[in-house]
Amino acid sequence: MSLRSKDLLGIKELENEDIELILETASGFRDVLGRDIKKVPALRGKTAVNLFYEPSTRTRTSFELAAKRLSTDVISISTSTSSVVKGETLQDTARTVQALGADFIILRHSCSGTAHFLAKNLNASVINAGDGTNEHPTQALLDLFTIKEKKGVIKGLEVSIIGDILHSRVAKSNIYALKKMGANIRLIGPPTLVPTYIKELGVSIFSDMKTGLKGADVVMMLRIQMERQGKGFFPSTVEYFRNWGMTSEHLARAEKDAIIMHPGPMNRGVEISSDVADGPKSVIMEQVTNGLAVRMAVLYLLSGVRS
Amino acid sequence: MNILIKNGHLVDPSQGIDGIYDVLVAKGKIQELKPHATKGKDRQPAKNISGRKTEDAGLITIDAEGLLVVAGLVDMHVHLREPGFEYKETIQTGTEAAIAGGITSVCCMPNTNPVNDNASVTDFILKRTMEKGFCDVFPVGAITKGQKGEELAEFGMMYEAGCIAFSDDGRPVMDSLIMRRALEYSKIFNVPVISHAEDSSLAAGGVMNEGLLSFKLGLKGIPAQAEEIMIARDIALAELTGGRLHIAHVSTKGSVELIRLAKKRGIADVTAETCPHYFSITEDAVEGYDANAKVNPPLRRKEDLEAIRKGLKDNTIDAIATDHAPHHRDEKLGEFDLAPSGISGFETSIGLSMKLVDKGVLTLNQLIEKMALNPSKIVGIRKGTIKHGADADMVILDTHNEYTVDTAGFRSKGRNTPFEGWKLNARPVATIAKGRIYTWE
Repeated sequence: MSLRSKDLLGIKELENEDIELILETASGFRDVLGRDIKKVPALRGKTAVNLFYEPSTRTRTSFELAAKRLSTDVISISTSTSSVVKGETLQDTARTVQALGADFIILRHSCSGTAHFLAKNLNASVINAGDGTNEHPTQALLDLFTIKEKKGVIKGLEVSIIGDILHSRVAKSNIYALKKMGANIRLIGPPTLVPTYIKELGVSIFSDMKTGLKGADVVMMLRIQMERQGKGFFPSTVEYFRNWGMTSEHLARAEKDAIIMHPGPMNRGVEISSDVADGPKSVIMEQVTNGLAVRMAVLYLLSGVRS
Repeated sequence: MNILIKNGHLVDPSQGIDGIYDVLVAKGKIQELKPHATKGKDRQPAKNISGRKTEDAGLITIDAEGLLVVAGLVDMHVHLREPGFEYKETIQTGTEAAIAGGITSVCCMPNTNPVNDNASVTDFILKRTMEKGFCDVFPVGAITKGQKGEELAEFGMMYEAGCIAFSDDGRPVMDSLIMRRALEYSKIFNVPVISHAEDSSLAAGGVMNEGLLSFKLGLKGIPAQAEEIMIARDIALAELTGGRLHIAHVSTKGSVELIRLAKKRGIADVTAETCPHYFSITEDAVEGYDANAKVNPPLRRKEDLEAIRKGLKDNTIDAIATDHAPHHRDEKLGEFDLAPSGISGFETSIGLSMKLVDKGVLTLNQLIEKMALNPSKIVGIRKGTIKHGADADMVILDTHNEYTVDTAGFRSKGRNTPFEGWKLNARPVATIAKGRIYTWE
C-alpha cells in the first residue's frame, strides 16, 4: 500500500483513490491510538524532520507524536533555533537535513510553493504542513476523516466554510478535498476575503450567514488572523464577530444534527463564541485526535513508495 | 575594414525596402545599397543558407543568400545591472548578450546602485561602454532622485551627459504632481518620460496576476487594474502637460484599449512598448512555482496575450523591448515570493518575436519597425535604419532553421528565462556593430 507520489504537497495533486486510502489507513491507526500501548513498530529506523519556518504548536506536535507512534526518530527545527537566522537558503537547509539521513521532511513555511520546490530538489519525502496561503493537506484530510466518522458519507453533504477564504490554506485544501468527495460547498465571509472568482471552482459564495448556513450539515470555521485587521479586509473584530462570528443564534440556521469544526487555534469571541466552541455540536477536540491518526497514515503510506 | 553583404533579403522600413540587395559597409557606415542582380526567374528561398564569410584585400564578403538582413535591433528597455549588481550582469556581458540576440543599441534603465539619477553615473555607464561594451548603450536617467518618487532628478545635466529618456522603471511615480512636473520639464529636451505603470498600493506586494490561478496557487495577485489605472492617469497627465509619454511593458487588454483610445483621440503624445513574454506565454507558466516566470508586470491571461498581439498588429503598440532583467541563479532558486522579478530576454527576443510573423500577426516590415526603427524614433537616436551614411549596425538572421533555446549557451550572466527548451526559428548568424562583425556557426 502506498501513495502514487513520494510527497504530499496538496490535496489538489491527490487522486480520489489516494484520499480514500489515507482515510482507510487512518481508521486503523485511530484504533491503535485507543489502545493502552499506542506505539507500533511500523516505521522503525526511519527519520522524520519537522522543518518549521513558521510558529506552530499543534501541527508540529501532532506530526512529532504521529512519527513517534510509528517508532520513527523525529526532530523538530524551527526558525528561531536553526541556521536560518544566519541567512542560509531554504534549499541548503533542506539538503543539509537530507544529508543527515532524513526520510521525511515535514515543511511548514510562510511562502506558498515551498513544499513543491523542496520536493523537486530532494530525494526525501516532503510533507506539506502548510505553505503560505496555498494548502494544508493533512488538515483537510483530518477534517474529511472527522466528517466521515460523524456523517457516514461525504457525498451530497452541505458544507459551509466561514471566514478568511482568500488567505486560508485550510479552506483551500478543504475545498479541493470536499469537492473531490462530492460535497456541496458554500463559502461565507466578507467580500474582501471571498473573491468572486472562487465561484469558478464550483462553489457558491455568500456574504450573509443566514442564507449561507441554512440547512448546512457541516459548519467549518476558519481562524481570523489578527494582522488582517487594519488592512481594510474588515473594519474591526467586533464588527466581524457580529456578522460572521459563530453564535448559537447563527448555528440554529444549520441542520439540527450539524457538526461544527475549527482547525485551531481559536479566537474566541472573534470567529466563534465559547458556547458554540464548547457546545454539543463541536467536534473540535476530535479533529485534533483524528489529526494524529491521519498524519500516521500519511507517514506510513509515503514510506511505502520509498521502500 | 569594408564589408559587403551580398544577396540577402533586405528589409528596411525606414526606406520602404523589401527585396534582395547588396550592402556595402565602409568605415563603420552604410556606404552603398543596391538591388542584387538576379538572373531571370523568380527567386526561391534557398534551402541551404550560407552566411559564409570570405576576406580579401580588406574587404569581407558575406554571402547572405537565404538570409534576412535588417538594421541592428534597438532594445529600448533593458537592465545592464552595472554599477552595483555586477554579479547579475555587467555592461560587458549584457552588451555581448545583446549582440548575440542581434541587438546593437540598448537603452539601460536607471535602477542600478547607485541609481542613475545624476550625470556622474551616466558618465560612468558611457565610459564603461566605451571600454567594455559590444554595442551602443543609451542610458535612461531616473525621474526622481534615488527613484524615491519625491524630487525630480537633474534632467538637464543627465541629458547633456547622454541620457535619452527618463524613467523610474521598476517603481512607479505614485505622486501625480511629480509625474506632471516630469512630463512638463522633459519638454525642454523633447525626450520621453517612460512610465512603469503600476499603482503600487493596488498591486500591494503581489507576485503574479490576480485571478483564480493566483488563488489556487496561494500567491498574492496583482490585478490588471493596477497597471490600467496608472496608464489612464499618465495619459491624462500627458494631455494636461503636452509632454511625451511612453508606456513601458504593456501587459493587459485594458491597457491596450486605453492607449488605442488615447492615440485615436489624438489628445496626448503617447507611445508604448510590450515585451516578448507578454505575447508568448500566460500566467499558466507560473504553475509549479517556477520563479523564472516571475516578472513585473506579471504574465497575464490568454485574452490579454491576444489583445497585446492585436495591439501590435494595429500599431497601438509601437515597440517590442525585452525588459532584459538578468538575475543570479541563486536568487531565482527558492521561495517564489522572495525571488526578484524579471526575465533574461536578449537572447530569445528575435526568435519569439519572429513567431508573430510566422503566425501572420505582423508583417516582416512591421516587426522590424517595432524592433529597430520605432524605438529609435521614440528615444530620438539615429539608429534602426540602413540608409546611406547611417551607422553600420546590422544583423543577418537565419529564419529557416529550428533550434532549441539552451541557457547554457547564453552570453548573459542571467539564465532566468521561462523559455528554456523552446523551439524557435529566427536567430542571428552575424551582427555588425561599432565597426566589428560578430558571427556564429
